Amino acid sequence: MSQLAAVGYYEPWYVQIIKAVVLFAVALQIVPVVLLIERKLIGRFQGRYGPNRVGLFGLLQPLADVGKLLTKEQFRPSTSIGPLFALAPIISIVTAVAAFAIIPFGDTADIFGTQVGLYGLDVGIGILYPFAFGAIAFYGIMLGGWASGSKYSFLGAMRGAAQLISYEVALGLSLIGVVMMSESLSLVTIVEEQGRQGLWFIGPQFVGFIVFLVAGFAETNRAPFDLVEADAELVGGYLTEYGGARFASYFFAEYVNVLVISGIGVTMFLGGWLLPFGIDPPGWVDPIVVLAKMFGFVFFFIWIRATLPRLRYDQLMSFGWKVLLPLATVNALVTAILVVV
Amino acid sequence: MEIATWSPGEDVVVAVQRGPDPGGAGGIYRAFGETLRGLKTTMARVVEGTGRVIQYPEEKVAVYPRFRGRHKLHRFEDTGLEKCVGCSLCAAACPADCIRVVAAENTPENRVSAGERYAAVYEINLSRCIFCGYCEVACPFDAITMGHDYEMSDYNRSDLIFTKEMLLAEPLERTPLRAAGE
Repeated sequence: MSQLAAVGYYEPWYVQIIKAVVLFAVALQIVPVVLLIERKLIGRFQGRYGPNRVGLFGLLQPLADVGKLLTKEQFRPSTSIGPLFALAPIISIVTAVAAFAIIPFGDTADIFGTQVGLYGLDVGIGILYPFAFGAIAFYGIMLGGWASGSKYSFLGAMRGAAQLISYEVALGLSLIGVVMMSESLSLVTIVEEQGRQGLWFIGPQFVGFIVFLVAGFAETNRAPFDLVEADAELVGGYLTEYGGARFASYFFAEYVNVLVISGIGVTMFLGGWLLPFGIDPPGWVDPIVVLAKMFGFVFFFIWIRATLPRLRYDQLMSFGWKVLLPLATVNALVTAILVVV
Repeated sequence: MEIATWSPGEDVVVAVQRGPDPGGAGGIYRAFGETLRGLKTTMARVVEGTGRVIQYPEEKVAVYPRFRGRHKLHRFEDTGLEKCVGCSLCAAACPADCIRVVAAENTPENRVSAGERYAAVYEINLSRCIFCGYCEVACPFDAITMGHDYEMSDYNRSDLIFTKEMLLAEPLERTPLRAAGE
C-alpha cells in the first residue's frame, strides 16, 4: 500500500474504515453537546438561563434545532452559482472532520484482540496535516461567499480569506517551539515526549500557547475575531444566503473546527491524555481525559466569546501581523537557541 | 452669584483606574489587563447566578397599583347599572383617537346606566391605544379606568377592537400586583 506520508502506526484496512465511521460519529455527537453547552454558558455569563424549554433543562434544544434546520426548504438565490453553492458547505464539513482525525485520544489500545490506535491516523507529518486541511477549509468559506452571489457574503468571504491567511502563519509558528522541543511532528510522539520529559509544553512554551490561543480564535472565526460572520455588519457573512441543512453543515464545520483547535491545543500544550502528579490510569480513561481537557478549551472559547467585543477589521490585521507574528517568531527563535544550547 | 453645583456625595464618587494609554508596549499590556478584567466581569455574572431572571410565561412581573394596562368599564356594585353615561368625553380626550362611543337614551323599560343616556356602542381599538390614561382622567363618573393587564397580543387587528361587553367583563386576573413597599 503506497502512502503519501510516513505513518507511525496503522491497523488493518477494515479497522481503519470502522475508525473513520466512529470518528465521524463522535464528531457528530459532540457538536450538539458543545452547541448546548455554549448557549447555556453564554446565558450564564449574561446572567440568564439559556435554553431551558425543550426537554429537561433544555437538553433537547440541539435536537429541535437540527430538526428545524433539516426540514427547511433548500433555498438558493437566483444570482448564485448552483454547483459551487452546493459544494462549498461540503468542503467545509469534510475538511473539518478530516482535520479531527489527527487528534490523538490515547495511545494504542487492545480492542477485541486488535491493537487500535485511539486516533484517526498518526502520520509522520503530524501537525502539518490539520494545517493542510485548514488551508482547504478556507475554500469552503471562499466559494460559499462567492457563489452566493450576494455582496454581504462576498465581503464576509473576503475578510475570511485575509484573516485565515494572516493568522495561519502565526498559528503555525506558535507550534514550531513545541515541535522543536519534542523533535517530532507526530502528535502521538509529542504527547509521549511530554510524558517522557515530565513537563507539559504549556510551561516552557507559554508564549507559544498564548499566541496559539489567540490565533486559534481567529482560525475558527470565533469571537472576538468573528468578522467573517459579523452578524451586526454583514448579516451573516459568507453564510448569509445559506439555509436549512447547508447552513447546518457550515455551523457543524465551525464547531468541529473549534474542537480541532481545542484538540490540537490539548495535544501540543496540555499533555494530551497524560495526567499530572504521575497518575497513570488504564488505557480506556485516556479518551475521557482528552475530552475533559478539550472541554476546558471550549469553555475558554465560550468565556472569551461572552467577554470580548468584535475587533475592527484593520485592528484584526495589524494585530495579526504586527503583534502575533513577531511574538511567534521570537518565541520560535528563542526556543531554537535554547534547544540547541 | 454662586453657581450651585451638585455632588452625589464623597462616598459615591469612585475614582476610575486607568492603565497606560493605547499604542506601543504599554498598550499591549493594558489590552491584556483589560481582557483579564473583562473575563473577571463575565465570570462574576456566572457566580452571581440567575436570581433576577423572571421565567415569563410562568412567572410574571408584578405591576404597580397605578400601572396603566388594558381599560376596564365599571358598573355600580349595588344596582348593577353601568357607570358610563355615553358622554364621549373620553373619546374627545383620546390623543390616539381610538375610542368610539355611540350614546342612546335610557328608557324605563330598558335602563342600562344610572344617568339619562348610556353608551350603546363603546369600542376601544387597542392596536391604536397608547395607554396614556387620558380617558380615565377625562371621565366624570370613573366609569373607565386603566386595568393591570398587559398581555394583549392577538393574531388579527380586528380582534384588538374591544367592545363594551369585553371591557365590562370581569377581567381574568392574570397580572400580579406589587405588594406595598415592594
